[in-house]
Amino acid sequence: MENRLTEAEPVVTEKLPPGGGSTVRQIPRSGSPARRRRRWGPILVFLMPATIIYSVFMVYPLLDSLRRSFFNDDGNYAGLDNYDTLFTNPAFSDRFWDALGHNFQFFAFHILLQNPVGLLLAVLLTAQSVRGLNIYRTMVFLPTTLSVVIVGFIWRLILSPLWGVTETVGIDTPLLGEPLTVLPTLSLISVWQWVGIPMIFFYAVLIAIPKDLIEASQVDGAGSWQAFWNITFPLLLPMLGIISILTFIGNFNAFDLIYQVKGVVAGPDFASDILGTFFYRAFFGASGTTGSAAMGATVASVIFLIILVGVLLYMFVWQPRVSTYEL
Amino acid sequence: MRKLMKWTVLAMAFSLIAAACGGDDDGAAATTAAPTTAAPTTEAPPPPTTEPEPEEVTISIESWRSDDQAIWDDQIIPAFEAEYPHINVVFAPTPPLDYPAALQTRLEGGIAGDLITCFPFDRSRELYEDGHLAPLNDLDGIAGFGPSAQNAWLSADGSTPYCLPVASIIQGFFYNVDAFDELGVSVPETEGEFFDLLQTILDDGAYTPIGIGLSEWEAEHILFQNIGANYWKGEEGRLALIGGEDKVTDQEYLDTFATMARLGPYMHPGASGIGYQDGKILFETGQAAIYPGGSWEISGFDENADFEFSAFRTPRPDGQDSCYIVDHIDLAIGLNPASSNAEAARTFLSWAATPGFAGIYTGALSGFFSLQDTPVEYNHPVAQEFVSWRQDCGSANRTGYEALDSGEPAFPIELREVSNAIILGNMTPQDGARRLQDGLDSWYTPGG
Amino acid sequence: MSPVQQFLASPNRIRHSKRRVHWGRWGVHAVLLFYTFLALGPTLLVIANSVKSRKAIFADAFSLPSAETFDLAGYETVLSSSSFDVYFRNSFIVTVTSVLLVVFFSAMAGFALAEYDFKGNTLLALYLAIGIMIPIRLGTVSILKLMVSLHLINTLWALILVYTAMGLPLGVFLMSQFMRQVPREMKSAARVDGATEYRVFALVLRLVRPGMAAVAVFTMLPVWNDLWFPLILAPSEATKTVTLGASAFLGQFERNWGALLAALTLAMVPILLLYIIFSRQFLRGLTEGAIK
Repeated sequence: MENRLTEAEPVVTEKLPPGGGSTVRQIPRSGSPARRRRRWGPILVFLMPATIIYSVFMVYPLLDSLRRSFFNDDGNYAGLDNYDTLFTNPAFSDRFWDALGHNFQFFAFHILLQNPVGLLLAVLLTAQSVRGLNIYRTMVFLPTTLSVVIVGFIWRLILSPLWGVTETVGIDTPLLGEPLTVLPTLSLISVWQWVGIPMIFFYAVLIAIPKDLIEASQVDGAGSWQAFWNITFPLLLPMLGIISILTFIGNFNAFDLIYQVKGVVAGPDFASDILGTFFYRAFFGASGTTGSAAMGATVASVIFLIILVGVLLYMFVWQPRVSTYEL
Repeated sequence: MRKLMKWTVLAMAFSLIAAACGGDDDGAAATTAAPTTAAPTTEAPPPPTTEPEPEEVTISIESWRSDDQAIWDDQIIPAFEAEYPHINVVFAPTPPLDYPAALQTRLEGGIAGDLITCFPFDRSRELYEDGHLAPLNDLDGIAGFGPSAQNAWLSADGSTPYCLPVASIIQGFFYNVDAFDELGVSVPETEGEFFDLLQTILDDGAYTPIGIGLSEWEAEHILFQNIGANYWKGEEGRLALIGGEDKVTDQEYLDTFATMARLGPYMHPGASGIGYQDGKILFETGQAAIYPGGSWEISGFDENADFEFSAFRTPRPDGQDSCYIVDHIDLAIGLNPASSNAEAARTFLSWAATPGFAGIYTGALSGFFSLQDTPVEYNHPVAQEFVSWRQDCGSANRTGYEALDSGEPAFPIELREVSNAIILGNMTPQDGARRLQDGLDSWYTPGG
Repeated sequence: MSPVQQFLASPNRIRHSKRRVHWGRWGVHAVLLFYTFLALGPTLLVIANSVKSRKAIFADAFSLPSAETFDLAGYETVLSSSSFDVYFRNSFIVTVTSVLLVVFFSAMAGFALAEYDFKGNTLLALYLAIGIMIPIRLGTVSILKLMVSLHLINTLWALILVYTAMGLPLGVFLMSQFMRQVPREMKSAARVDGATEYRVFALVLRLVRPGMAAVAVFTMLPVWNDLWFPLILAPSEATKTVTLGASAFLGQFERNWGALLAALTLAMVPILLLYIIFSRQFLRGLTEGAIK
């Protein structure tokens, strides 16, 4: 599931204060609101349910998965053996590096296409004095609400050489069957489905920018384009970072669409195999073979490390360089 | 906003009602916990309180044959329940794609059905060795199966059967009889005749000669196995590959791949983007003249094709007199040792070992053939055609599904990718064979 | 100095102008129409063909159903053989319960984190927020073993607990942001009147309804659409969700395109209707969450 919504991060930009004046200042990253010192009773009651469920069903499994990757399937300590198998046994390592490469391609499509298109749509949807924008907004977001299974099926039918829809528009390659086209096609389907997410996030930032900011800049002689680059775009940058890191996390966890359209073997000849499908095969096996929980945990741990590197890069390289503003 | 909250409350109310009245249909296949609004806890919901009456028991069967649901519900189960009124049987299949993972999860979770439909060879043997299939040495009727039928479900030392053989399937080539008549062509006996036939159909232009998808498993399961069985001499070659006497790089495999590669031009130009089901549509809708497939397709074609169809066996290589057909032992039923109704489940298994069951099963499911020693009559003319090949030809299981599939890279999966690529012309037979043998050499020790 | 700061420092800033942004109005319409077409086209193609005869589907995919080609055979096949109502019910129970749990538990935790100054507050907030960054799917192996030992496999509870855990990190974070905006005076007044902390919480809850809606919307989509956990934790016929069920349900009709298109239409139309009816609230929930 790409772009999982629950993994959003806050934008530090805040809304126009009720007073209406648009004083803008850079805000410190750690706000410290006044808090009350109270008895522990209510505090514990308030915190307990969330903390317990989160710890038991999320934190524990993640840590336990990490632990399992150091044991074999019989429960004996195996040190780094599983990692050794993953990286040196060609049966695993070839597939792993392939899947990783494919995952980066999959991600590139989203970063280079989904996010710019999302931004473009958001900008258009906040254009002034154009009627019917709400209708467009609803319609553009619609594919995002469809389940991946349905999206997978719809596109499988449309791209099937049996139906001839693609031939009508001049494509006679079976796009989902050829090694060269299968991954780009799946990426585009995914972009088609998820473009609504960056759109709505950018949209939220754009409608919060006071109009007088833009207007005043044009008084200064800036054209629309310049106004966008000088004023709007810097205000969008923090959101762009958040969306990019969410896209990264979502893409390196993607599984559903490819499973639905190409199955767990992700053919032809693994050309559409990404880390999610590789993880599934390592864990459960595929037609006629059995998987291994230990190898599954090992693959999961490696995916976790990859995501961690991405998140750290975001936090320590991107974030410090991007200013956030309070409008 | 108020509207949204109102909706949420409504939704909640609805879900409660649904949870309250939707009580699970039969409670046999699996237990569903219907959530309540009670303070959320991490405890398991209470077990279902409907304890079966001592004399009334319900047993459920795990299977990947979702297509057979109606036949079980309407024919097989009523026949059994007529004889054993106190045992209720529920046939609870999971679609083939999900079956292995779902079954494994359910067995480990202790919630799998009482009876388990078994794949042949290693996959079931692993379940047996993990204690998920009970030994069946003392089951009434288990002796009624010859070694060739029981072999796929015997413990490693050969002493203990753990699944009761049910059915085998035979593979060949379906063809559109009307189309053949129209074109004035007849069924080929040899590969030479086969390729002449394909060329004739192609030149005529009215039909795609071979309708088959190349995006899934059919190229391997059907074409590689059908064609190859003649080259590697059936079971003999299959066992020689397991034993290490033969290699995938040997001539018979190269010849098989070369023949497959020659078939490519006679398929739909978009074959690489056509799946299993769409391949059958090509045949059923009269667009393709020939469909390489297995006898299990008979009932589907009966239902969907509005022309007469029949089947021919795989053409022999030119100059070879002997012939071999893929006569694959496909399906058996085993007992879940965790079953709380083991007695009733054993009763069902014993019944499934009787000729009465074989008659109903194979009668209802044209194209599945009994594995019992007692011979069974088959009524469907196309099923009779498939079975008749047994008289002249040797039989073979699909190669690669015993021993060679239990390591990484798994032979069947590699074989499937290689087969598709060779037919599509993306790989040479030599490269394909080398890749398969290298894959095996990296982990497989014959006899080890 | 960034352009924004430069600009903000400039005296022109306070002047207002009547000039409009120069968006070619028709250009905007053209691009948006094109994208709307792209977004809806495939869906409409499926719906339009679902009411055509099998021959007509293959003969001309793009033609609208006419009197000649109109055929409901697909729907008849599908409706006569489906347990889709069960899947729908399961998805509904799972989604609604998880969303409610996430919303209320995050509101509680968010309130505690925003309201009280206790030892370990920042640390706990950080601990709870880590989950935003880590996909829970990577813990699948252990979740499966955990659910097995709790005897929750093939129950809807297994899904509800996992989804609740998955939704909480973001929920807590968002709710604590919303909670911080509640005016202090109101709470003080209530406390002076002798209200307990729980009563204060109940009062605050009313004021953060937009926040709760945002959390609900953010939790809903991934839960409704998830294929992974139903496949692994609850694949039984009785506990299948729509997403998993649709996969099997659609699979049955794969060789009958009329039925397949009808099944697809039936599977998506309820969602589309719900979405269109509630789209304003839904999108507002999303935007409110996004700018927190």
